[in-house]
Amino acid sequence: MGGDSKYLGLWYVAPYVIGLLLFTAFPFIASFYLSFTDYDLLSKPEWTGLDNYQKLFTRDRTFDKSLKVTLVYVFMTVPLKLAFALFIAVILNYRLRAIGLFRTAFYVPSILGGSIAIAVLWRYIFADTGLVNMMLEGIGLEGVNWFGDPENALFTISLLRCWQFGSAMVIFLAALQSVDKSLYEAASIDGANKWQLFRYITLPLITPVIFFNLIMQTVQAFQEFNGPYIITEGGPLKSTYLLPLYIYDKAFKSFDMGYASAIAWVLFVIIMVLTLIAFWSSKKWVYYAGDKRS
Amino acid sequence: MTAMPQISADTLANMEKQRRRTRISSAFRYSLLIIVGLIMVYPLIWMFGASFKTNAEIFSSPSFWPKEPTVQGYIDGWKTSTPYTFAKFFMNSMMIIIPKMIGTAISCTLVAYGFARFDFPFKKIIFSTVIATLLLPNVVTRIPQYLLFRDIGWLDSFLPLWVPSALAGDAFFVFMLIQFLRAIPRDMEEAARVDGANTLQTLIYIVVPMLTPALISVCLFQFMWTMNDFLGPLIYLSSVENYPISLALKLSIDTTEAFAWNQILAMSCLALAPSLIVFFMAQKYFIEGISTGGVKG
Repeated sequence: MGGDSKYLGLWYVAPYVIGLLLFTAFPFIASFYLSFTDYDLLSKPEWTGLDNYQKLFTRDRTFDKSLKVTLVYVFMTVPLKLAFALFIAVILNYRLRAIGLFRTAFYVPSILGGSIAIAVLWRYIFADTGLVNMMLEGIGLEGVNWFGDPENALFTISLLRCWQFGSAMVIFLAALQSVDKSLYEAASIDGANKWQLFRYITLPLITPVIFFNLIMQTVQAFQEFNGPYIITEGGPLKSTYLLPLYIYDKAFKSFDMGYASAIAWVLFVIIMVLTLIAFWSSKKWVYYAGDKRS
Repeated sequence: MTAMPQISADTLANMEKQRRRTRISSAFRYSLLIIVGLIMVYPLIWMFGASFKTNAEIFSSPSFWPKEPTVQGYIDGWKTSTPYTFAKFFMNSMMIIIPKMIGTAISCTLVAYGFARFDFPFKKIIFSTVIATLLLPNVVTRIPQYLLFRDIGWLDSFLPLWVPSALAGDAFFVFMLIQFLRAIPRDMEEAARVDGANTLQTLIYIVVPMLTPALISVCLFQFMWTMNDFLGPLIYLSSVENYPISLALKLSIDTTEAFAWNQILAMSCLALAPSLIVFFMAQKYFIEGISTGGVKG
Protein backbone atom coordinates (compact mmCIF):
# COMPACT_ATOMS: atom_id res chain seq x y z
CA MET A 1 0.00 0.00 0.00
CA GLY A 2 2.07 2.72 -1.57
CA GLY A 3 1.76 6.03 0.22
CA ASP A 4 2.09 4.69 3.76
CA SER A 5 5.14 5.26 5.87
CA LYS A 6 7.46 2.29 5.76
CA TYR A 7 7.15 2.05 9.53
CA LEU A 8 3.38 1.61 9.50
CA GLY A 9 3.63 -2.18 9.50
CA LEU A 10 5.88 -2.03 12.54
CA TRP A 11 3.05 -0.40 14.50
CA TYR A 12 0.82 -3.36 13.76
CA VAL A 13 3.38 -5.91 14.88
CA ALA A 14 4.43 -3.80 17.88
CA PRO A 15 2.33 -5.79 20.42
CA TYR A 16 4.05 -8.94 19.29
CA VAL A 17 7.52 -7.38 19.47
CA ILE A 18 6.91 -6.04 22.99
CA GLY A 19 5.57 -9.42 24.11
CA LEU A 20 8.47 -11.19 22.48
CA LEU A 21 11.05 -9.05 24.23
CA LEU A 22 9.35 -9.14 27.64
CA PHE A 23 8.04 -12.67 27.85
CA THR A 24 10.27 -14.69 25.55
CA ALA A 25 13.60 -13.07 24.73
CA PHE A 26 14.34 -11.68 28.16
CA PRO A 27 13.30 -14.87 30.04
CA PHE A 28 15.26 -16.95 27.56
CA ILE A 29 18.49 -15.07 28.29
CA ALA A 30 17.73 -14.78 31.99
CA SER A 31 17.23 -18.51 32.32
CA PHE A 32 20.60 -19.12 30.66
CA TYR A 33 22.19 -16.75 33.15
CA LEU A 34 20.35 -18.30 36.10
CA SER A 35 21.57 -21.74 35.15
CA PHE A 36 25.08 -20.62 36.19
CA THR A 37 23.91 -19.33 39.56
CA ASP A 38 22.68 -20.44 42.92
CA TYR A 39 19.38 -18.69 43.53
CA ASP A 40 16.87 -19.49 46.28
CA LEU A 41 14.64 -16.38 45.91
CA LEU A 42 15.70 -15.10 49.34
CA SER A 43 19.09 -13.65 48.49
CA LYS A 44 20.46 -12.41 45.16
CA PRO A 45 21.53 -14.97 42.53
CA GLU A 46 25.07 -16.02 43.24
CA TRP A 47 27.37 -16.86 40.32
CA THR A 48 28.68 -20.40 40.65
CA GLY A 49 30.02 -20.99 37.16
CA LEU A 50 29.57 -24.50 35.86
CA ASP A 51 28.76 -25.99 39.28
CA ASN A 52 25.11 -26.71 38.46
CA TYR A 53 25.96 -28.53 35.25
CA GLN A 54 28.80 -30.39 36.87
CA LYS A 55 26.53 -31.59 39.62
CA LEU A 56 23.85 -32.56 37.10
CA PHE A 57 26.13 -34.74 35.05
CA THR A 58 28.27 -36.27 37.76
CA ARG A 59 26.47 -36.46 41.09
CA ASP A 60 22.74 -36.24 40.48
CA ARG A 61 21.23 -39.74 40.31
CA THR A 62 17.70 -38.34 40.09
CA PHE A 63 18.66 -36.42 36.97
CA ASP A 64 20.14 -39.53 35.35
CA LYS A 65 16.98 -41.46 36.04
CA SER A 66 14.71 -38.62 34.95
CA LEU A 67 16.61 -38.04 31.71
CA LYS A 68 16.48 -41.72 30.87
CA VAL A 69 12.77 -41.93 31.60
CA THR A 70 12.12 -38.83 29.48
CA LEU A 71 14.01 -40.19 26.47
CA VAL A 72 12.29 -43.59 26.71
CA TYR A 73 8.93 -41.83 27.00
CA VAL A 74 9.48 -39.63 23.94
CA PHE A 75 10.90 -42.37 21.72
CA MET A 76 8.09 -44.71 22.70
CA THR A 77 5.19 -42.26 22.51
CA VAL A 78 5.88 -40.23 19.38
CA PRO A 79 6.38 -43.09 16.87
CA LEU A 80 3.49 -45.07 18.37
CA LYS A 81 1.12 -42.13 18.22
CA LEU A 82 2.11 -41.00 14.72
CA ALA A 83 2.06 -44.50 13.24
CA PHE A 84 -1.40 -45.05 14.66
CA ALA A 85 -2.60 -41.64 13.47
CA LEU A 86 -1.34 -42.33 9.95
CA PHE A 87 -2.80 -45.82 9.91
CA ILE A 88 -6.27 -44.58 10.84
CA ALA A 89 -6.01 -41.62 8.46
CA VAL A 90 -5.19 -43.97 5.57
CA ILE A 91 -8.22 -46.12 6.34
CA LEU A 92 -10.47 -43.07 6.67
CA ASN A 93 -9.18 -41.79 3.36
CA TYR A 94 -10.94 -44.54 1.39
CA ARG A 95 -14.25 -43.13 0.31
CA LEU A 96 -16.16 -44.42 3.31
CA ARG A 97 -19.56 -43.36 4.50
CA ALA A 98 -19.85 -41.59 7.85
CA ILE A 99 -16.28 -40.35 7.62
CA GLY A 100 -17.31 -37.24 9.58
CA LEU A 101 -18.68 -39.33 12.44
CA PHE A 102 -15.49 -41.34 12.75
CA ARG A 103 -13.34 -38.26 12.47
CA THR A 104 -15.25 -36.69 15.34
CA ALA A 105 -14.99 -39.80 17.52
CA PHE A 106 -11.24 -39.94 16.95
CA TYR A 107 -10.75 -36.24 17.43
CA VAL A 108 -12.63 -35.70 20.70
CA PRO A 109 -9.86 -37.25 22.84
CA SER A 110 -7.37 -34.72 21.42
CA ILE A 111 -9.60 -31.86 22.50
CA LEU A 112 -10.08 -33.15 26.02
CA GLY A 113 -6.97 -35.25 26.52
CA GLY A 114 -4.77 -32.59 28.05
CA SER A 115 -7.23 -31.76 30.79
CA ILE A 116 -6.93 -32.71 34.41
CA ALA A 117 -10.32 -34.42 34.27
CA ILE A 118 -8.99 -36.92 31.75
CA ALA A 119 -5.89 -37.57 33.83
CA VAL A 120 -8.25 -38.30 36.72
CA LEU A 121 -10.22 -40.66 34.49
CA TRP A 122 -7.01 -42.42 33.51
CA ARG A 123 -6.26 -43.05 37.15
CA TYR A 124 -9.62 -44.77 37.50
CA ILE A 125 -9.74 -46.85 34.37
CA PHE A 126 -6.22 -48.20 34.84
CA ALA A 127 -6.58 -48.80 38.58
CA ASP A 128 -6.11 -52.36 39.85
CA THR A 129 -9.84 -52.97 39.87
CA GLY A 130 -10.51 -50.35 37.21
CA LEU A 131 -12.34 -50.54 33.90
CA VAL A 132 -9.47 -51.96 31.84
CA ASN A 133 -8.65 -54.77 34.25
CA MET A 134 -12.34 -55.62 34.69
CA MET A 135 -12.60 -55.96 30.92
CA LEU A 136 -9.42 -58.04 30.65
CA GLU A 137 -10.71 -60.35 33.36
CA GLY A 138 -14.06 -60.46 31.61
CA ILE A 139 -12.45 -62.03 28.55
CA GLY A 140 -10.42 -64.41 30.69
CA LEU A 141 -7.11 -62.56 30.76
CA GLU A 142 -5.19 -61.59 33.83
CA GLY A 143 -5.37 -58.01 35.08
CA VAL A 144 -2.26 -55.88 34.73
CA ASN A 145 -0.69 -53.75 37.42
CA TRP A 146 -0.74 -50.63 35.24
CA PHE A 147 0.58 -48.03 37.66
CA GLY A 148 2.00 -49.97 40.57
CA ASP A 149 4.69 -51.70 38.57
CA PRO A 150 7.60 -49.46 37.52
CA GLU A 151 7.87 -51.55 34.36
CA ASN A 152 4.38 -50.59 33.20
CA ALA A 153 3.72 -47.13 34.60
CA LEU A 154 5.51 -45.18 31.87
CA PHE A 155 3.69 -47.13 29.18
CA THR A 156 0.35 -46.35 30.80
CA ILE A 157 1.20 -42.63 30.76
CA SER A 158 2.27 -42.99 27.16
CA LEU A 159 -1.08 -44.56 26.26
CA LEU A 160 -2.78 -41.37 27.42
CA ARG A 161 -0.80 -39.44 24.81
CA CYS A 162 -1.44 -42.01 22.11
CA TRP A 163 -5.14 -41.84 22.86
CA GLN A 164 -4.92 -38.21 21.70
CA PHE A 165 -3.80 -39.16 18.19
CA GLY A 166 -6.74 -37.27 16.64
CA SER A 167 -5.10 -33.94 15.86
CA ALA A 168 -2.16 -35.63 14.11
CA MET A 169 -4.68 -37.80 12.27
CA VAL A 170 -6.69 -34.82 11.01
CA ILE A 171 -3.51 -33.27 9.62
CA PHE A 172 -2.56 -36.56 7.92
CA LEU A 173 -6.05 -36.93 6.52
CA ALA A 174 -6.00 -33.43 5.01
CA ALA A 175 -2.68 -34.25 3.35
CA LEU A 176 -3.92 -37.61 2.06
CA GLN A 177 -7.01 -36.02 0.56
CA SER A 178 -4.89 -33.53 -1.36
CA VAL A 179 -2.86 -36.25 -3.11
CA ASP A 180 -3.55 -36.09 -6.84
CA LYS A 181 -5.74 -39.09 -7.71
CA SER A 182 -4.43 -39.31 -11.27
CA LEU A 183 -1.08 -40.44 -9.92
CA TYR A 184 -2.73 -43.57 -8.49
CA GLU A 185 -4.52 -44.29 -11.73
CA ALA A 186 -1.34 -43.95 -13.73
CA ALA A 187 0.57 -46.25 -11.39
CA SER A 188 -2.28 -48.80 -11.27
CA ILE A 189 -2.22 -49.03 -15.07
CA ASP A 190 1.48 -49.77 -14.77
CA GLY A 191 0.55 -52.65 -12.48
CA ALA A 192 1.39 -51.30 -9.06
CA ASN A 193 -0.37 -53.04 -6.13
CA LYS A 194 -1.92 -51.28 -3.13
CA TRP A 195 1.13 -51.47 -0.94
CA GLN A 196 3.33 -50.14 -3.74
CA LEU A 197 0.88 -47.27 -4.31
CA PHE A 198 1.13 -46.37 -0.65
CA ARG A 199 4.87 -46.85 -0.36
CA TYR A 200 5.93 -45.11 -3.56
CA ILE A 201 3.24 -42.47 -4.10
CA THR A 202 1.33 -41.64 -0.91
CA LEU A 203 4.17 -41.81 1.55
CA PRO A 204 6.62 -39.58 -0.37
CA LEU A 205 3.91 -37.02 -1.06
CA ILE A 206 2.91 -36.66 2.58
CA THR A 207 6.45 -36.51 3.99
CA PRO A 208 6.07 -32.75 4.67
CA VAL A 209 3.22 -33.36 7.12
CA ILE A 210 4.97 -36.38 8.61
CA PHE A 211 7.92 -34.08 9.24
CA PHE A 212 5.67 -31.38 10.71
CA ASN A 213 3.86 -33.82 12.99
CA LEU A 214 7.11 -35.44 14.05
CA ILE A 215 8.66 -32.14 15.16
CA MET A 216 5.56 -30.82 16.90
CA GLN A 217 4.82 -34.07 18.72
CA THR A 218 8.42 -34.51 19.82
CA VAL A 219 8.70 -30.99 21.22
CA GLN A 220 5.44 -31.53 23.10
CA ALA A 221 6.27 -34.99 24.38
CA PHE A 222 9.47 -33.68 25.94
CA GLN A 223 7.32 -31.23 27.92
CA GLU A 224 4.67 -33.65 29.16
CA PHE A 225 3.61 -32.63 32.64
CA ASN A 226 -0.09 -33.05 33.45
CA GLY A 227 -0.32 -36.80 32.89
CA PRO A 228 2.50 -38.00 35.12
CA TYR A 229 1.91 -35.22 37.67
CA ILE A 230 -1.72 -36.15 38.25
CA ILE A 231 -1.73 -39.85 37.53
CA THR A 232 1.45 -41.23 39.05
CA GLU A 233 3.11 -38.21 40.64
CA GLY A 234 6.33 -39.40 39.04
CA GLY A 235 6.26 -42.79 40.72
CA PRO A 236 6.55 -45.65 41.37
CA LEU A 237 10.30 -45.52 42.02
CA LYS A 238 10.54 -42.42 39.82
CA SER A 239 9.67 -44.54 36.79
CA THR A 240 7.48 -41.74 35.38
CA TYR A 241 9.48 -38.83 36.76
CA LEU A 242 9.86 -36.91 33.50
CA LEU A 243 12.25 -33.94 33.37
CA PRO A 244 9.46 -31.30 33.43
CA LEU A 245 8.33 -32.76 36.78
CA TYR A 246 11.86 -32.60 38.12
CA ILE A 247 12.21 -28.98 36.93
CA TYR A 248 8.89 -28.10 38.56
CA ASP A 249 9.86 -29.69 41.86
CA LYS A 250 13.26 -28.02 41.91
CA ALA A 251 11.93 -24.60 40.96
CA PHE A 252 8.60 -24.37 42.74
CA LYS A 253 8.89 -26.82 45.62
CA SER A 254 12.50 -26.44 46.72
CA PHE A 255 12.94 -22.96 45.15
CA ASP A 256 16.28 -23.92 43.70
CA MET A 257 15.86 -21.62 40.69
CA GLY A 258 19.44 -21.82 39.45
CA TYR A 259 19.58 -25.58 39.43
CA ALA A 260 16.12 -25.86 37.88
CA SER A 261 17.19 -23.49 35.10
CA ALA A 262 20.20 -25.68 34.42
CA ILE A 263 17.96 -28.74 34.02
CA ALA A 264 15.63 -26.73 31.78
CA TRP A 265 18.57 -25.77 29.60
CA VAL A 266 19.75 -29.35 29.28
CA LEU A 267 16.23 -30.30 28.21
CA PHE A 268 16.13 -27.37 25.80
CA VAL A 269 19.47 -28.32 24.22
CA ILE A 270 18.30 -31.91 23.76
CA ILE A 271 15.12 -30.74 22.03
CA MET A 272 17.04 -28.30 19.85
CA VAL A 273 19.66 -30.85 18.82
CA LEU A 274 16.97 -33.36 17.87
CA THR A 275 15.03 -30.68 15.97
CA LEU A 276 18.17 -29.64 14.09
CA ILE A 277 18.93 -33.26 13.22
CA ALA A 278 15.38 -33.59 11.93
CA PHE A 279 15.68 -30.44 9.80
CA TRP A 280 19.07 -31.48 8.50
CA SER A 281 17.91 -34.98 7.63
CA SER A 282 14.70 -33.66 6.09
CA LYS A 283 16.64 -32.69 2.96
CA LYS A 284 17.10 -36.39 2.38
CA TRP A 285 13.57 -37.64 2.95
CA VAL A 286 11.04 -34.82 2.81
CA TYR A 287 9.51 -34.19 -0.59
CA TYR A 288 8.34 -30.72 -1.53
CA ALA A 289 6.09 -30.19 -4.54
CA GLY A 290 7.85 -28.29 -7.27
CA ASP A 291 11.13 -29.79 -6.22
CA LYS A 292 13.20 -31.19 -9.10
CA ARG A 293 14.05 -34.40 -7.27
CA SER A 294 11.59 -37.25 -7.71
CA MET B 1 -6.49 -42.51 -29.69
CA THR B 2 -9.98 -43.27 -30.91
CA ALA B 3 -10.03 -47.07 -30.74
CA MET B 4 -11.88 -48.47 -27.70
CA PRO B 5 -10.02 -51.18 -25.86
CA GLN B 6 -11.54 -54.63 -26.34
CA ILE B 7 -13.23 -55.97 -23.20
CA SER B 8 -12.86 -59.73 -23.05
CA ALA B 9 -14.81 -62.13 -20.84
CA ASP B 10 -11.62 -62.56 -18.89
CA THR B 11 -11.44 -58.91 -17.87
CA LEU B 12 -15.09 -58.96 -16.89
CA ALA B 13 -14.48 -61.88 -14.53
CA ASN B 14 -11.51 -60.03 -13.13
CA MET B 15 -13.57 -56.95 -12.50
CA GLU B 16 -16.17 -59.02 -10.67
CA LYS B 17 -13.46 -60.53 -8.50
CA GLN B 18 -12.06 -57.07 -7.87
CA ARG B 19 -15.47 -55.78 -6.81
CA ARG B 20 -15.97 -58.62 -4.34
CA ARG B 21 -12.56 -58.01 -2.87
CA THR B 22 -13.36 -54.32 -2.46
CA ARG B 23 -16.54 -55.22 -0.62
CA ILE B 24 -14.74 -57.51 1.81
CA SER B 25 -11.99 -55.03 2.50
CA SER B 26 -14.46 -52.22 3.07
CA ALA B 27 -16.34 -54.38 5.58
CA PHE B 28 -13.01 -54.99 7.26
CA ARG B 29 -12.24 -51.28 7.32
CA TYR B 30 -15.58 -50.38 8.84
CA SER B 31 -15.27 -52.95 11.60
CA LEU B 32 -11.78 -51.77 12.39
CA LEU B 33 -12.88 -48.14 12.55
CA ILE B 34 -15.86 -48.99 14.73
CA ILE B 35 -13.71 -50.99 17.17
CA VAL B 36 -11.10 -48.23 17.38
CA GLY B 37 -13.82 -45.61 17.71
CA LEU B 38 -15.39 -47.49 20.61
CA ILE B 39 -12.05 -47.83 22.37
CA MET B 40 -11.52 -44.10 21.93
CA VAL B 41 -14.91 -43.01 23.17
CA TYR B 42 -15.82 -45.70 25.70
CA PRO B 43 -13.72 -44.26 28.55
CA LEU B 44 -15.67 -41.01 28.21
CA ILE B 45 -19.03 -42.78 28.12
CA TRP B 46 -18.03 -44.91 31.07
CA MET B 47 -16.99 -41.82 32.99
CA PHE B 48 -20.32 -40.15 32.39
CA GLY B 49 -22.22 -43.28 33.47
CA ALA B 50 -19.99 -43.86 36.47
CA SER B 51 -20.59 -40.35 37.75
CA PHE B 52 -24.18 -41.47 38.48
CA LYS B 53 -23.13 -44.68 40.20
CA THR B 54 -22.74 -45.34 43.87
CA ASN B 55 -19.17 -45.65 45.10
CA ALA B 56 -19.55 -49.36 45.61
CA GLU B 57 -20.57 -49.89 42.00
CA ILE B 58 -17.82 -47.91 40.25
CA PHE B 59 -15.15 -50.56 40.65
CA SER B 60 -17.43 -53.56 40.38
CA SER B 61 -18.67 -53.59 36.80
CA PRO B 62 -17.23 -52.51 33.44
CA SER B 63 -20.67 -51.48 32.22
CA PHE B 64 -21.30 -47.78 31.99
CA TRP B 65 -24.97 -48.09 32.94
CA PRO B 66 -25.61 -47.27 36.63
CA LYS B 67 -27.82 -49.87 38.37
CA GLU B 68 -29.17 -47.45 40.94
CA PRO B 69 -28.62 -44.02 39.42
CA THR B 70 -27.88 -41.31 41.94
CA VAL B 71 -26.87 -37.69 41.69
CA GLN B 72 -25.27 -37.78 45.14
CA GLY B 73 -21.82 -37.52 43.57
CA TYR B 74 -22.80 -34.26 41.91
CA ILE B 75 -24.40 -32.85 45.04
CA ASP B 76 -21.46 -33.70 47.32
CA GLY B 77 -18.83 -32.85 44.73
CA TRP B 78 -20.37 -29.46 43.97
CA LYS B 79 -20.01 -28.44 47.64
CA THR B 80 -16.25 -29.21 47.63
CA SER B 81 -14.11 -29.30 50.74
CA THR B 82 -13.36 -25.59 50.44
CA PRO B 83 -15.49 -22.61 51.53
CA TYR B 84 -16.56 -22.24 47.87
CA THR B 85 -18.75 -24.30 45.59
CA PHE B 86 -17.72 -25.44 42.13
CA ALA B 87 -19.65 -22.48 40.71
CA LYS B 88 -16.87 -20.24 41.98
CA PHE B 89 -14.23 -22.29 40.13
CA PHE B 90 -16.25 -22.24 36.92
CA MET B 91 -16.50 -18.46 37.26
CA ASN B 92 -12.74 -18.23 37.76
CA SER B 93 -12.10 -20.33 34.67
CA MET B 94 -14.31 -18.03 32.63
CA MET B 95 -12.63 -14.99 34.16
CA ILE B 96 -9.34 -16.33 32.88
CA ILE B 97 -10.57 -17.54 29.51
CA ILE B 98 -12.76 -14.73 28.21
CA PRO B 99 -10.32 -11.80 28.53
CA LYS B 100 -7.53 -14.05 27.29
CA MET B 101 -9.55 -15.05 24.24
CA ILE B 102 -10.48 -11.47 23.39
CA GLY B 103 -6.91 -10.27 23.89
CA THR B 104 -5.60 -13.06 21.71
CA ALA B 105 -8.06 -12.38 18.91
CA ILE B 106 -7.36 -8.63 18.80
CA SER B 107 -3.59 -8.75 19.14
CA CYS B 108 -3.09 -11.65 16.76
CA THR B 109 -5.27 -9.97 14.11
CA LEU B 110 -3.24 -6.75 14.28
CA VAL B 111 0.05 -8.59 14.15
CA ALA B 112 -0.94 -10.98 11.38
CA TYR B 113 -2.25 -8.03 9.35
CA GLY B 114 1.05 -6.25 9.84
CA PHE B 115 3.02 -9.25 8.62
CA ALA B 116 0.75 -10.19 5.74
CA ARG B 117 0.11 -6.76 4.24
CA PHE B 118 3.07 -4.48 4.96
CA ASP B 119 6.75 -4.23 4.34
CA PHE B 120 8.81 -2.74 7.10
CA PRO B 121 12.38 -2.74 8.36
CA PHE B 122 13.54 -5.98 10.02
CA LYS B 123 10.39 -7.78 8.85
CA LYS B 124 12.29 -10.93 7.93
CA ILE B 125 14.05 -11.16 11.27
CA ILE B 126 10.90 -10.46 13.27
CA PHE B 127 8.93 -13.00 11.27
CA SER B 128 11.60 -15.63 11.79
CA THR B 129 11.15 -15.17 15.55
CA VAL B 130 7.48 -16.14 15.10
CA ILE B 131 8.61 -19.49 13.71
CA ALA B 132 11.30 -19.81 16.37
CA THR B 133 8.83 -19.21 19.23
CA LEU B 134 6.54 -21.76 17.64
CA LEU B 135 9.20 -24.37 18.32
CA LEU B 136 10.65 -22.89 21.51
CA PRO B 137 9.83 -25.13 24.47
CA ASN B 138 8.11 -23.10 27.20
CA VAL B 139 10.02 -24.99 29.80
CA VAL B 140 13.09 -22.86 29.20
CA THR B 141 11.37 -19.48 29.73
CA ARG B 142 9.02 -20.44 32.55
CA ILE B 143 11.22 -19.76 35.56
CA PRO B 144 12.29 -16.21 34.61
CA GLN B 145 8.71 -15.45 33.59
CA TYR B 146 7.64 -16.44 37.06
CA LEU B 147 10.36 -14.27 38.59
CA LEU B 148 9.33 -11.35 36.38
CA PHE B 149 5.68 -11.59 37.41
CA ARG B 150 6.72 -11.95 41.02
CA ASP B 151 8.81 -8.76 40.84
CA ILE B 152 5.99 -6.71 39.36
CA GLY B 153 3.58 -8.10 41.94
CA TRP B 154 1.27 -10.03 39.63
CA LEU B 155 1.41 -13.38 41.43
CA ASP B 156 -1.91 -14.79 42.55
CA SER B 157 -3.77 -12.67 39.98
CA PHE B 158 -4.97 -13.50 36.49
CA LEU B 159 -2.60 -11.02 34.87
CA PRO B 160 0.25 -13.48 34.17
CA LEU B 161 -2.28 -15.64 32.35
CA TRP B 162 -3.82 -12.77 30.36
CA VAL B 163 -1.05 -10.39 29.44
CA PRO B 164 1.35 -12.57 27.40
CA SER B 165 -1.56 -13.73 25.24
CA ALA B 166 -2.87 -10.18 24.84
CA LEU B 167 0.55 -9.31 23.36
CA ALA B 168 0.18 -11.97 20.66
CA GLY B 169 2.30 -14.36 22.70
CA ASP B 170 0.78 -17.47 21.14
CA ALA B 171 2.85 -17.56 17.98
CA PHE B 172 0.79 -20.39 16.63
CA PHE B 173 -2.28 -18.20 16.25
CA VAL B 174 -0.30 -15.40 14.60
CA PHE B 175 1.07 -17.93 12.15
CA MET B 176 -2.35 -19.42 11.45
CA LEU B 177 -3.90 -15.99 10.75
CA ILE B 178 -1.02 -15.01 8.47
CA GLN B 179 -1.64 -18.18 6.46
CA PHE B 180 -5.33 -17.27 6.18
CA LEU B 181 -4.60 -13.67 5.19
CA ARG B 182 -2.15 -14.69 2.50
CA ALA B 183 -4.87 -16.73 0.86
CA ILE B 184 -7.36 -13.81 0.77
CA PRO B 185 -7.12 -11.62 -2.36
CA ARG B 186 -6.33 -7.97 -1.73
CA ASP B 187 -8.66 -6.36 -4.31
CA MET B 188 -11.28 -5.30 -1.79
CA GLU B 189 -8.71 -3.80 0.53
CA GLU B 190 -7.09 -1.87 -2.30
CA ALA B 191 -10.48 -0.58 -3.41
CA ALA B 192 -11.19 0.62 0.13
CA ARG B 193 -7.83 2.38 0.26
CA VAL B 194 -8.54 4.10 -3.05
CA ASP B 195 -11.84 5.29 -1.57
CA GLY B 196 -9.88 6.95 1.19
CA ALA B 197 -10.02 4.48 4.09
CA ASN B 198 -6.89 4.29 6.20
CA THR B 199 -5.24 0.98 6.99
CA LEU B 200 -6.95 0.55 10.34
CA GLN B 201 -10.38 1.17 8.81
CA THR B 202 -9.54 -1.27 6.05
CA LEU B 203 -8.57 -3.83 8.66
CA ILE B 204 -11.75 -3.40 10.67
CA TYR B 205 -14.31 -3.09 7.87
CA ILE B 206 -12.82 -5.26 5.13
CA VAL B 207 -10.29 -7.72 6.54
CA VAL B 208 -11.89 -8.71 9.83
CA PRO B 209 -15.21 -9.79 8.26
CA MET B 210 -13.33 -12.03 5.83
CA LEU B 211 -11.14 -13.32 8.60
CA THR B 212 -14.07 -14.24 10.86
CA PRO B 213 -13.96 -18.03 10.36
CA ALA B 214 -10.25 -18.05 11.18
CA LEU B 215 -10.83 -15.85 14.21
CA ILE B 216 -13.50 -18.23 15.46
CA SER B 217 -10.97 -21.07 15.17
CA VAL B 218 -8.45 -19.02 17.13
CA CYS B 219 -10.94 -18.31 19.91
CA LEU B 220 -12.04 -21.94 20.09
CA PHE B 221 -8.52 -23.30 20.35
CA GLN B 222 -7.64 -20.71 22.93
CA PHE B 223 -10.75 -21.69 24.87
CA MET B 224 -9.81 -25.39 24.87
CA TRP B 225 -6.18 -24.87 25.68
CA THR B 226 -6.87 -22.45 28.49
CA MET B 227 -9.55 -24.76 29.85
CA ASN B 228 -6.99 -27.59 29.86
CA ASP B 229 -4.10 -25.47 31.09
CA PHE B 230 -2.89 -26.67 34.44
CA LEU B 231 0.73 -25.68 34.85
CA GLY B 232 0.12 -21.93 34.33
CA PRO B 233 -2.51 -21.61 37.10
CA LEU B 234 -0.53 -24.04 39.26
CA ILE B 235 2.50 -21.78 39.22
CA TYR B 236 0.82 -18.38 39.35
CA LEU B 237 -2.30 -18.82 41.48
CA SER B 238 -1.90 -19.65 45.13
CA SER B 239 -5.17 -18.81 46.89
CA VAL B 240 -8.11 -21.14 46.49
CA GLU B 241 -10.49 -18.27 45.74
CA ASN B 242 -8.65 -17.77 42.41
CA TYR B 243 -8.54 -21.42 41.39
CA PRO B 244 -9.84 -22.40 37.96
CA ILE B 245 -11.49 -25.79 37.42
CA SER B 246 -8.26 -27.63 36.66
CA LEU B 247 -6.70 -26.68 39.99
CA ALA B 248 -9.95 -27.26 41.86
CA LEU B 249 -10.10 -30.80 40.50
CA LYS B 250 -6.55 -31.49 41.59
CA LEU B 251 -7.43 -30.10 44.99
CA SER B 252 -10.48 -32.31 45.26
CA ILE B 253 -8.37 -35.41 44.49
CA ASP B 254 -5.99 -34.42 47.25
CA THR B 255 -8.56 -33.53 49.86
CA THR B 256 -11.63 -35.67 49.27
CA GLU B 257 -11.57 -38.76 51.39
CA ALA B 258 -10.13 -41.70 49.49
CA PHE B 259 -13.42 -43.44 48.70
CA ALA B 260 -15.49 -40.60 47.27
CA TRP B 261 -14.79 -41.65 43.70
CA ASN B 262 -18.18 -40.68 42.39
CA GLN B 263 -17.75 -37.09 43.57
CA ILE B 264 -14.48 -36.76 41.73
CA LEU B 265 -15.85 -38.39 38.58
CA ALA B 266 -18.94 -36.17 38.71
CA MET B 267 -16.85 -33.02 38.95
CA SER B 268 -14.56 -34.28 36.19
CA CYS B 269 -17.61 -34.68 33.94
CA LEU B 270 -18.67 -31.13 34.70
CA ALA B 271 -15.13 -29.92 34.03
CA LEU B 272 -15.22 -31.49 30.57
CA ALA B 273 -18.71 -30.24 29.74
CA PRO B 274 -17.82 -26.70 28.53
CA SER B 275 -15.15 -28.01 26.16
CA LEU B 276 -17.42 -30.74 24.82
CA ILE B 277 -20.33 -28.37 24.27
CA VAL B 278 -18.14 -25.83 22.50
CA PHE B 279 -16.57 -28.56 20.39
CA PHE B 280 -19.86 -30.00 19.19
CA MET B 281 -21.28 -26.58 18.46
CA ALA B 282 -18.33 -25.54 16.34
CA GLN B 283 -16.69 -28.71 15.10
CA LYS B 284 -16.05 -27.54 11.58
CA TYR B 285 -13.93 -24.64 12.75
CA PHE B 286 -11.67 -27.01 14.63
CA ILE B 287 -11.14 -29.31 11.70
CA GLU B 288 -10.55 -26.36 9.37
CA GLY B 289 -8.22 -24.63 11.77
CA ILE B 290 -6.21 -27.73 12.34
CA SER B 291 -5.92 -28.59 8.65
CA THR B 292 -4.80 -25.12 7.55
CA GLY B 293 -2.43 -24.26 10.33
CA GLY B 294 -1.47 -27.61 11.70
CA VAL B 295 -1.85 -27.71 15.41
CA LYS B 296 -0.41 -28.89 18.64
CA GLY B 297 -2.51 -30.93 21.04
